[in-house]
Amino acid sequence: MCVSMYSAVWSREETTERNYYTRYHNMSEITAWMEQMKRENPDVVSSMVYGQTYERRNITLLKIGLSSTGRKKAIWMDCGIHAREWIAPAFCQYFVREILRTYKTDTKVNEMMKNLDFYITPVLNVDGYIYSWHNESTRLWRKSRSPGTGGCTCYGTDINRNFYANWGMVGVSTDCCSQTYCGTKALSESEARAVTDMLGKMREDILAFLTIHSYGQLLLVPYGHPNISAPNYDELMEVGLAAATAIKAVHGMDYTVGTSPDVLYANSGSSRDFARLIGIPLSFTFELRDKGEHGFELPEDQIQPTCEEAYAGAHHIITYAHDKAFYSYAATVTATLWTTLLAAWVSSAILLTIICLYKKVK
Amino acid sequence: MGWTLLILLVVLTVVHGNPAVTVRTGSGPTVGFDQHPNSVPLGEGTQTTTEGESKVVEEVMTTGVLNPSHYPARRAATVVQHYLNTRYGSPYRWIFLSTVHSGSAEDVAETGRKYQLELTMQEIISNVSGQCSAELFFLGGEGQSAPQVQASCEGLLQSNTTAQEEAFYQQHRASNNLVSGNNIPDSYGHMEPSMKPFWQLGGVASSFIMLRESNESTLYNMAQVANFTQLVSSKEETEKDQLRFNYHVLLHEMISQEITHWKLLVTWSPEQGVKVLQTELQPKCHHCEAPPNTTN
Repeated sequence: MCVSMYSAVWSREETTERNYYTRYHNMSEITAWMEQMKRENPDVVSSMVYGQTYERRNITLLKIGLSSTGRKKAIWMDCGIHAREWIAPAFCQYFVREILRTYKTDTKVNEMMKNLDFYITPVLNVDGYIYSWHNESTRLWRKSRSPGTGGCTCYGTDINRNFYANWGMVGVSTDCCSQTYCGTKALSESEARAVTDMLGKMREDILAFLTIHSYGQLLLVPYGHPNISAPNYDELMEVGLAAATAIKAVHGMDYTVGTSPDVLYANSGSSRDFARLIGIPLSFTFELRDKGEHGFELPEDQIQPTCEEAYAGAHHIITYAHDKAFYSYAATVTATLWTTLLAAWVSSAILLTIICLYKKVK
Repeated sequence: MGWTLLILLVVLTVVHGNPAVTVRTGSGPTVGFDQHPNSVPLGEGTQTTTEGESKVVEEVMTTGVLNPSHYPARRAATVVQHYLNTRYGSPYRWIFLSTVHSGSAEDVAETGRKYQLELTMQEIISNVSGQCSAELFFLGGEGQSAPQVQASCEGLLQSNTTAQEEAFYQQHRASNNLVSGNNIPDSYGHMEPSMKPFWQLGGVASSFIMLRESNESTLYNMAQVANFTQLVSSKEETEKDQLRFNYHVLLHEMISQEITHWKLLVTWSPEQGVKVLQTELQPKCHHCEAPPNTTN
């Protein structure tokens, strides 16, 4: 009886312990954690099931923000589109914990929670993630878990090659056994459809789209096709480079910024490209630690420093997106006010000068 | 009074501005479809292929000065990393690329491409860094041929690994206690401290394969030591002082994202360094991908 009481207390308090965020968690733990986030923060956290995986599991996001009466702008973040990149869902959990921990005391985070809603999907490829936890031999699974078609006995489509964004053009394979298999057609995967539908509904409100991966220490900007540039490439690079500077300031780690075809490889059908194509101006892929020493199997003692630096980078991009949307209007108003004031001063100064001179002449 | 007003007017003109963020032209979130001529409207450009092979994009090979943060320099630099490990690696010396400073590439008439790179490499066990100059030659044409590499480094091999290597060597030389291990690192990135030198040795041994298999369209890393087993030292005269191991490693190739399985026969001693006697690519198990019969 004592043992079972102790273990009940232990599991209840487990997620409040600091070392919860320094370990990897399986899907049922993450699901329980999402429930806990809602329970502990009912006025700012709600959840939304926005799709089903191939194996009919829910794809769930947490919507985090201070409630308001009007329609709010949004920030989108998704993690775990590739199953083996375990550091990504760990980062989504860390990010959620961090904004919930700081929004009451940090004026900037508080302001952003007022003006924005954060839509965060801790694990997008739920089937793949669960499969990667099955045993050591499945740890390096990447794709979805939909079966192959047309006599191909392999499983899975690369969800990040399956979006309707130059689908099938470059950096993909048509072999269903390949890790970059783009599927039988664009949006053949229900996971990709779920994101597509959500983004479609929300696209006028989303200020920034961040999709989290590993490894390589990169910040990738659209597009994945070598011959196509985003119209705001300069802005994306400027913001990305500033984010990389913020990342480096935390633990000295270098993150390289550029388009995927420039710094990594060409690819098409990615969620980042789709987000940019439908008009979301700031769309980034984060490739977290490391650079190949451990690769996908990043040691748990690196979870915290990786999340700290990634948070600094994400925070920079989100702050930029927020300020651009909310301060630009104010700046225009202020500029107009100044201009009006100055015009008033000029006219009255000229008038008074003329009167003075006239009086002098007289 | 008039002068005061004039001065005020000048001051106001100079001070004119606004306290908030500079208004950028064309600012505000772009809404709706981009009308930029470069954006590809949805629905265009679907690719059709009939064969089930991987599509290879005809990459336009960069010639001349290379951008150090772009992939051509980085892939070539990683090949240099593999080369350095084959030459100098050990259970206590494992080298990784730190920074690409500069590079250039040129076509060599009809035969291939030559790269020149200035790099910083880091020995990750002792944390010592060194500057390296390297030249690589990738043979073009049909068939896979290992790249040829020359490199000279300053300061990289400073760390004194002799004591550790000697102790490790003596510890495992006795044949009555052959060591083995698996899943290094494990799914959580953990490994027993006693397994760490075997992980490092596996990484160095893998460099022989990664060097041989590399070309301008690959970027290799060792993902994991699936298992290793120490073998009784060979009775052969030339090999009897070497530690001997069978290794099964998983390599990750970044561009294709494939994981390949390799078996290697590895020998090592402090004097002879790491040697790879045999390598064997393991076939992919496609039927192993079927869903397990468990619910989660």
